[in-house]
Amino acid sequence: MGTLAMSGCGPAQADNSLTWYINPDNGGQAAIAQKCSDESGGRYRIETSLLPSDAASQREQLARRLAAGDSSLDIMSLDPPFIPELAEPGFLAPVPEEVAESTTENVVEGALAGATWKDELVTVPFWANTQILWYRKSVAEAAGLDMSKPVTWEQIMEAAKSQDKSLGVQGAQAESMTVWVNALIESAGGSIIVDPEATADTIELGLDSDAGVAAAEVISTIGKDGLGGPGLPTQDENASLIAFQGDSGSFMVNYPFVWPATTAAVEAGTLDQAVVDDLGWGIFPRMTADQESAPPLGGINLGVGAESDNPDLAYEAVQCIVSVENQAEYFVTNGNPPSNTEAYEDPRIEETFPMAETIRDSLQVAAPRPQTPFYNEVSTGIQQRWAPPADVDPDSTPETSSDFITSVLRGEQLL
Amino acid sequence: MTSAIPAKTTTASSTEPGPRVERDTGTGNGKTKKPQKQYSDRVRAERRLGWILAGPAFVIMLLVTLYPILQAIYESLFRFRLTAPGEREFIGLGNYAVILSDPVWWSGLWTTVFITVVTVIVELVLGFALALVMHKALKSVRGLLRTAILVPYGIITVVSAFAWFYAFDINSGYVNNWFGWLPGIDENLNWFAQGPTALFVIMASEIWKTTPFISLLLLAGLAQVPDELSEAAKVDGATWWEQMRKVIIPNMKAAIMVAVLFRALDAFRIFDNVFIMTNGAYGTEVLSLLAYRQSISRLEIGLGSAVSVLLFLCVLLICFIAIKLFKVDLAGSQGGK
Repeated sequence: MGTLAMSGCGPAQADNSLTWYINPDNGGQAAIAQKCSDESGGRYRIETSLLPSDAASQREQLARRLAAGDSSLDIMSLDPPFIPELAEPGFLAPVPEEVAESTTENVVEGALAGATWKDELVTVPFWANTQILWYRKSVAEAAGLDMSKPVTWEQIMEAAKSQDKSLGVQGAQAESMTVWVNALIESAGGSIIVDPEATADTIELGLDSDAGVAAAEVISTIGKDGLGGPGLPTQDENASLIAFQGDSGSFMVNYPFVWPATTAAVEAGTLDQAVVDDLGWGIFPRMTADQESAPPLGGINLGVGAESDNPDLAYEAVQCIVSVENQAEYFVTNGNPPSNTEAYEDPRIEETFPMAETIRDSLQVAAPRPQTPFYNEVSTGIQQRWAPPADVDPDSTPETSSDFITSVLRGEQLL
Repeated sequence: MTSAIPAKTTTASSTEPGPRVERDTGTGNGKTKKPQKQYSDRVRAERRLGWILAGPAFVIMLLVTLYPILQAIYESLFRFRLTAPGEREFIGLGNYAVILSDPVWWSGLWTTVFITVVTVIVELVLGFALALVMHKALKSVRGLLRTAILVPYGIITVVSAFAWFYAFDINSGYVNNWFGWLPGIDENLNWFAQGPTALFVIMASEIWKTTPFISLLLLAGLAQVPDELSEAAKVDGATWWEQMRKVIIPNMKAAIMVAVLFRALDAFRIFDNVFIMTNGAYGTEVLSLLAYRQSISRLEIGLGSAVSVLLFLCVLLICFIAIKLFKVDLAGSQGGK
């Protein structure tokens, strides 16, 4: 009965208790919450509350709670693309200056950009995620690719074709599609949104541009030539990893979780050690040989709810959570890379993640997804028009998707 | 349910067997309305008791359903985004104009209608067969049989949706492996990558899960068909099919129509299966999902409310068609007794 009554409308609050809404992980955030509570010497006690598993549902729950003025939202683990939407109506408590100063030093550029709205820091960067290129050394060798240098999409498409293997990309009609489209467009020197701070009526999209067409060419070729395998139209990050671990695996763009997931599968006996031995990694593929790529950027930032009863205490706890030590520990135990470059100095990291340097380098050049309060419309619009990959037409998709999203934003069409 | 008693009292009042048969066939055609109009004291007292018993529930139902419906209708007249509370603007029927002029709405509507029609028809046929099996089963296995048939209905829809999804999924599914010998199915078939195959899995899951419900309703109808009728038909030399078509089915028409109506309303509001399996991708968008996307994902309360109101009107239309055109009598569903 007691627990029932308490769960009625957010956890019951003692004066110094803080609620941290976390995204599901391997228990790392709960451990940090415990550690920081202990270290505070009784000043505060952080209780974690679990959000749904995918980013879109997390946003739905948080946005509804914030709009309803829920005061239990002390600390929130937020996916960066959704931050402008929450910052714009003032749902987030302002970050105190000294907190901003102490938590942004040595933080990678992309993570800072994701934490900022209208030139102001509105959340605190916690961990940062990025996609790197994973490959099977045997396939790259057979195709005659020199993997010591960055490769282009054209090269890996050619290699997959010549070796009759599948590329690991995310072609499902889901958030991962927007991540891919954004990375390709940014890598080609463009942007999905020209002016991120524009209103819904005046927003200008950069989909229908040379960069957009180049991105459509890559996606369409992979779809039409069957380079992504039969599972491509429903393939998300997990599904592409499973396919990559199989016989048809060749090259895959994916997040660092690939490493712990693969080694765990070997330990559990469901995967051959040979797969791990054959595994190579490098920076996200380029669009053209002479232009550095802009890999996807993800991660989690910490925000404090504007209606929180104790914003100062919450920010004190946030400072503890994002400490360099905790970020390093979180990477080692949960596989989520630090946003603070200093954390990579921790010797345990190199030991657990042999590709840590590639991840850090990737984070330095990674580009965030468009920062706009209308991110959900933009992203869903892209997903509906750019999936399945085989239906993408470089001559029309960039233009039609651009028109579609614009009219949805003006309230003239349904999504 | 309660009206079963007055029906008995009217038949009981006729003492001679001759006129009784006449009256029976008469009620079947819906001709004799006279005895129903002059209520006896007992019937009137029962009606009053019925209202007193059902009244409080009726009032509470009105409170909890009418208020949100009115609120949705009111909010559908605004352009209102939850994350931009300051920009709320009255636009009259603007949201409805946007929705009804949008091909997304119409394709969602057709998909929903398609799913409703196909699943209800298949469920009705399968459900009827199952009901016959349950009805005819030996007493010793009847309980076990009913439990077995009811198991799918007892499973939470989200759970069954995941089970079906993983069974057909190209990475983890076993269906391609098991049914590879069928034409058109091989290990490279991605069921959820195009509309027709995805809809097939969605509808199959829906049918598997809710056929037990229909079969239960039909079983109740079957149980109300007096055995003497089919026995009499048998004596007259009617084949099994003739007994079915001329005696049993006409006598349980009300039960069938109630089952169809309930399932049609349910099927029209399909959400879980689509949400879990495809999330509306590749031509599997249904109206509930469309409403969800506008109100919950986009937080466009105005537009989302308008979609919900239109969805509600569609459901009302189905009720109207069923009750007025097909004359489903929800109050007295005891066959053509």
